[in-house]
Amino acid sequence: MVHIKRIQEEGADIIAVIGEIDASSSIELDLAIARSVGEGFRKILIDCTALEYISSAGLGVFMSYIEELRDKNIPLVLFGMKEKVANTFSILGLADLLHIRQNKEEAKSLANELSV
Amino acid sequence: MNYQYNIGCSLSNLKGIREFVRHSLKHEGVPEIEMSAIVLALDEMCSNLMIHAHHCNPDHLLELHIEIPKKGKLIFEIIDDGSVFNINDFHEPELDNLIHQKRKGGLGIRLVKAIMDNVEYLRRDDKNVCRLTKEIKS
Repeated sequence: MVHIKRIQEEGADIIAVIGEIDASSSIELDLAIARSVGEGFRKILIDCTALEYISSAGLGVFMSYIEELRDKNIPLVLFGMKEKVANTFSILGLADLLHIRQNKEEAKSLANELSV
Repeated sequence: MNYQYNIGCSLSNLKGIREFVRHSLKHEGVPEIEMSAIVLALDEMCSNLMIHAHHCNPDHLLELHIEIPKKGKLIFEIIDDGSVFNINDFHEPELDNLIHQKRKGGLGIRLVKAIMDNVEYLRRDDKNVCRLTKEIKS
């Protein structure tokens, strides 16, 4: 089960992903990012502080947006990952393809830099 | 020790699979990071079978067996009678291709192979057996 909450701070859409993302729930993440893009946000942050688990279905969602967001010049930055979650990203080498930061402040700062 | 769990091919059962694996291994002294990776590999393998070999039909069953013949040696078997889905026949797509094609799949196979020591397939009693092995170094 996953819960998704969205809040807006300083022009960034912050999508908080709470719980577990697997093949049955990855669609929720996909829809949340699609809504954020559709509503015209120029900076998207993914709050992973309460993300307990992610499988390849969830990773695939992030991968599938890389090109579209790059073309639209919308930075997407993930932050607050637990070690066990971060490990899943690093096994696949995705840590180099996605923007990942330790905390919200660093994530905001990177999103600001990238959106200039 | 041996453990067994039978599950219908519905993606909503993946959480139960993860809990079963974690519960079965809880006294094996598996470090948390490795435990999380093993749980992930079983989730990936079962979800692949559910989707590709059973089209998420909840009436189709998978049997998940865990055998621990000695401390630190873990053998997982997923047994089913669907069409054979052999991940060794699949070439993992390059990450660049996944990005370009906006494909949301293809990463799971890469994860399973990276996490497990060995992935093999056999036929036993007219069923498909996918056997994953993992040695935990102490």
